[in-house]
Amino acid sequence: MSSRPELQAPPEIFYDDVEARKYTSSSRIAEIQTKLSERALELLALPDDGVPRLLLDIGCGSGLSGETITENGHQWIGFDISESMLNVALQNEVEGDLLLGDMGQGLGLRPGVIDGAISISAVQWLCNADKSSHEPRLRLKAFFGSLYRCLARGARAVLQVYPENLAQRELILSYAMRSGFAGGVVVDYPHSTKKRKEYLVLTCGPPSLSSVVPSGKGEDGESCSDDESSGDEENQTVCISDRHRPQKKQKVNKKGKGREWVLRKKDQMRRKGNVVPPDTKYTARKRKARF
Amino acid sequence: MRLLTHNMLSSNIKGVTKGFPLKIEVEKVVEKQVEINHDFLRNIFPKIDWKAFSDAARTMGYVELPEQAPDPSVLESDLDFLTKFHHALLELHLEEGALVCPETGRKFPVNKGIPNMLLHEDEV
Repeated sequence: MSSRPELQAPPEIFYDDVEARKYTSSSRIAEIQTKLSERALELLALPDDGVPRLLLDIGCGSGLSGETITENGHQWIGFDISESMLNVALQNEVEGDLLLGDMGQGLGLRPGVIDGAISISAVQWLCNADKSSHEPRLRLKAFFGSLYRCLARGARAVLQVYPENLAQRELILSYAMRSGFAGGVVVDYPHSTKKRKEYLVLTCGPPSLSSVVPSGKGEDGESCSDDESSGDEENQTVCISDRHRPQKKQKVNKKGKGREWVLRKKDQMRRKGNVVPPDTKYTARKRKARF
Repeated sequence: MRLLTHNMLSSNIKGVTKGFPLKIEVEKVVEKQVEINHDFLRNIFPKIDWKAFSDAARTMGYVELPEQAPDPSVLESDLDFLTKFHHALLELHLEEGALVCPETGRKFPVNKGIPNMLLHEDEV
């Protein structure tokens, strides 16, 4: 089965109570989400005057990204389609307001009132048709149209996405541009398959100085931003993120793990403070055949 | 849901031209203390639709706000006003109840403080 959650079930079904609980119990998920939201806030480039703004968190889920916004001193309103995830957010007592809503139906906010929007790993869900009434193009149009309307002039939206392939990325970006946004894609760590992350950085209003797309983070320091026109082959080859890869099979070698491995593991356990038998000449020695 | 969010929300049903402000049906209101931040209040004040805001506060049982939008200059000096504004905007939560679309009368239920804004297929 594919490891992309988008291909398994609609979001309101995929993020059930079990899946939602992972977002409180897994420190790995929490760490990744927090890092992504910190980077998204950085790309949002709010003026550094200490005034709290009203931000939108689209696909807020359990409120991990919202907590990052709160830590930065801003107020936020969060949208999500999964009730289970919002219940987790309630348990976590997040500061922002939560709304149960479908971004593909439009956001339903008054025009020009929001100072900025972030979204972590959510917008690619719009490319799926999970119900017979769903038409991805119409849903993308409704989403970007309503987002454009509710943002104040000059405000930014930073949407971190996991497009499945080049076509999906182009589709998302083209609808963003059609709604009137200026901007493009920022790719962090474009040469790494695991760390590679894509952010749509969109500015509300006509192209200006403030709509220049910032450059992505990369080891070699070269500018990594690319605009909608980039359809070159190089992109196709590095577009595989870790979510596409089949999960690693456990390596079982005929000889077993070996003494070195056992010693390393025992050492690890000792460092954790567990009681571990001492290393002797018998450690990890092979049993006799007649045993 | 706070009144801040209520003031930003409008009905999203297909064909509705004037979906703002949503009427509030109150079943339960809770108050949660939040630290006051004057800069935020000054920043958000021009974006608030005052009529909808003071009406909503009245529905929630808070009557201290003036009915007419005050002059923005009070934000600079009048600490008493700022405190009231802050209380109504950020500390009153609609915990249980419903939001009603002013045009179609469609109810959006509010449970545990979360309004359910999901539309049916024929409303998109």
